[in-house]
Amino acid sequence: MAGLAATFGSGAMTNSIDEIEFTDLILATGTNTTENHPIIGMKVKRAVKKGTKLIVIDPREIDLVKYADIWLRQNPGTDVAVINGLLNVIIAEGLYAKEYVKDRTEGFDALKKAVEKYTPVYVEKISGVPAEDLKKAARMYAQAERASILYAMGITQHISGTDNVKSMANLSMLCGNVGIEGGGVNPLRGQNNVQGACDMGGLPNVYPAYQQVANEDARKKFEAAWNAKLSPKPGLTIMEMMDAAGKGTIKALYIMGENPMLSDPDLHHVKEELKKLDLMIVQDLFMTETAQLADVVLPVASFAEKDGTFSNTERRVQRVRKAVDAPGAAKADWEVICGISNKMGYAMKYASAKEIFEEVAKVTPSYAGISYERLEKGGIQWPCPTAEHQGTKFLHKDKFSRGLGLFTAIEYIAPNELPDKQYPFLLSTGRVLYHYHTGTMTTRAEGLNERCPESLVEINPADADKLKVSEGQKVKVTSRRGTVEAKATITKKSAPGSIFMNFHFADASVNLLTNPALDPIGKIPEYKVCAVKVEAA
Amino acid sequence: MENKIKVTLDGKEVSADPGQTILELARDNGIFIPTLCHYQKTTNVGACRVCVVEVENARSLVAACCMPVTPNMVIRTATKAVRNAQKMIIELLWSSGDHNCLSCEQNGQCELQNLVYWLKIDQPRFEIKAPGYALDNSNTMIMRDLNKCILCGRCVRACNEIQVNEVLDFASRSSKAKVGPAFDDDYINSSCVFCGECLQVCPTGAITFKQAKFGGRPWELNKVRTTCTYCGVGCQMDLYTKDNKIVKVMGNREYGSPNQGSLCVKGRFGMDFVAHPDRLKTPMIRYKKNEDFKEASWDEAFKFIADKLSKIKKENGADCIAGLSSARCTNEENYLFQKFMRAAIGTNNVDHCARL
Repeated sequence: MAGLAATFGSGAMTNSIDEIEFTDLILATGTNTTENHPIIGMKVKRAVKKGTKLIVIDPREIDLVKYADIWLRQNPGTDVAVINGLLNVIIAEGLYAKEYVKDRTEGFDALKKAVEKYTPVYVEKISGVPAEDLKKAARMYAQAERASILYAMGITQHISGTDNVKSMANLSMLCGNVGIEGGGVNPLRGQNNVQGACDMGGLPNVYPAYQQVANEDARKKFEAAWNAKLSPKPGLTIMEMMDAAGKGTIKALYIMGENPMLSDPDLHHVKEELKKLDLMIVQDLFMTETAQLADVVLPVASFAEKDGTFSNTERRVQRVRKAVDAPGAAKADWEVICGISNKMGYAMKYASAKEIFEEVAKVTPSYAGISYERLEKGGIQWPCPTAEHQGTKFLHKDKFSRGLGLFTAIEYIAPNELPDKQYPFLLSTGRVLYHYHTGTMTTRAEGLNERCPESLVEINPADADKLKVSEGQKVKVTSRRGTVEAKATITKKSAPGSIFMNFHFADASVNLLTNPALDPIGKIPEYKVCAVKVEAA
Repeated sequence: MENKIKVTLDGKEVSADPGQTILELARDNGIFIPTLCHYQKTTNVGACRVCVVEVENARSLVAACCMPVTPNMVIRTATKAVRNAQKMIIELLWSSGDHNCLSCEQNGQCELQNLVYWLKIDQPRFEIKAPGYALDNSNTMIMRDLNKCILCGRCVRACNEIQVNEVLDFASRSSKAKVGPAFDDDYINSSCVFCGECLQVCPTGAITFKQAKFGGRPWELNKVRTTCTYCGVGCQMDLYTKDNKIVKVMGNREYGSPNQGSLCVKGRFGMDFVAHPDRLKTPMIRYKKNEDFKEASWDEAFKFIADKLSKIKKENGADCIAGLSSARCTNEENYLFQKFMRAAIGTNNVDHCARL
């Protein structure tokens, strides 16, 4: 998000889901779309059937590879090198959108200079992608009239995550693909309302609609709206909070519907840190791994038991409606927040989610024109500044949010922890089709468990041979931070030397192994690369 | 639009777009032509023939779903010959399967049943002889009873053309023809990913939502439109409920973007958690570290939290308090959460798991 915000002026998916089906070329990288965003995956496949070209850049042989015109299998964590290689070829062969670059962007000369050394041969050495394939992909991307880039956590969960995102922006702008229908740079958000949580200011540095807390005008506006004195100092990110808890500088943590005890890297360490808190409040549907460590646990309503809105990955604000009553005494999260706030002497009196939304629209310019009445007819994509505005299908038409699109010269840096003699395998983590995030909801579904009852370690057949591991056999996976046991599944999806595990199951918690090294700007942990050893258990 | 062509439809002159099918033209003009195999946004195959109409000078009745209109075409949709043909088709379909509405889940929303009624058929003229296939009861999500299959092929097209999962196809020929995954396997042993598109498009009770079986008749269920709680696509879906329980989840083509009525396995079959016995039902407080949780009232919980937070803020400053808001919760809740942290507590220490 920080990457796109810096280059375009807005961190959201530039284009819409519906456009994916009707574009000329799709470049999918770091997204196992058919498993993690099946409905978008469906649209990608439908597009291909109708003649859209597909380039997949992914270390794993994901389902979409079957549909791809070109598959570049890079070594994990070498994305910047691969994209710089594409840029190198496109510039060297003069295939870029010269007028667009001249009129709508800045920083091209620095970019050109930076990518000069990323010749296909040099990139092959770093990434393992054959030089000829790289050239073919570069030409195919550059020659498409409209090309859409799709990416997800395979791009962001690296220490170079922000650089990777900026590289996507470089590529898209170089070929004039930002600000047109069917084009764009499209981060596929992994959770139902991650876009909305960001839009609403669930971030340490911004108020709703990304208004900076450090900006005096913004702060004054919110001080007036909320009738309170506000701090000008940006707060801590999630990983910094955990550190601060360990050091004793954070004493209380209030957690609404999150499960860091399964989702965060290096869990042993997280647990130690959380235990040092004076007060931990958790509100959730279930007694999660995190809730078990809390001082207060509050039961809340699920999405089916309350009213509200979610904002999807394409900025579409859509209604959530109550279908059944919550069990027992469980309340909607917003009612709980109001209850605590009122007891603390800061009045929060709302009769319904609708009333809260009306306040949101007042202080959030991009949501200003949205109301529950309008949402009855269907979702609206922000920015929607007025009640008459129809919403925005794609961003940066004619002009970037920041004015000119900014090219960023980026150098490749290697992942923080690569395989060595002691830990010879590279571990990547992610999701599988049948489960979701920390599994608190999906592992309680009969059908989903029937299809995928447990964590599996995906191992390439050649490695399985060497390790003398057969299908379904238990293996022990060890990193510098911990050990996990799970069954092996032998598949060519994983490249030789790499294994893949999901993070859905608490009894084989892969985040006991992962490396907490962070991207310096996005503060995202490097889930996609760490070094492990694998042995038959 | 230019290039309109003129045709006569049931005695009235109407204008049509070139390339439009007779079915589309009839629907535009408010004339009902029954269909079974036809399904929006999939290939027209003209398999069931129930949409037949008379076209002057045509050799025989033509399938309205496949036939494009041509200039000066004269079309009749409701003649005796048309109705007789439709009745014959429906009676043949009825008699070649086990269409027992008494226990069928589709009773009340079955398109075959609707056409039997619409065509005023009391009994089929032919002996009812179901093929006697074994039920595919192999999994907990999708139930298949090929004895109720009318071979319209909608599931095959939904699987291949809508979802592009490429699992289902026709096998065998003539009276042995059937639909299913490769090698005539049960779904659970096939490459099926259980999106459930097939059960959503099935016009009869051949493919149904297994967990909904005996969960309620269509007219007993409440339908609530909402947004899926899983990934970031934000699929629009209908939750069907009865007696305060979710019975089943269906997509709805009328809702349009972003999913046009399609769902994935998690959205359709992943809602067991809502009514799961593990759900938390009462606030719980651990008054001292290492003690067990004790159940509490909301008022006790709010007071406990407010007192503790106020004390920590007073002794150590607001920046000693942090909060994790949630990519799982609504916009309204995220807004209030950050407002609470910033205005009531006085810190910007608020983040969520966007990065994870």
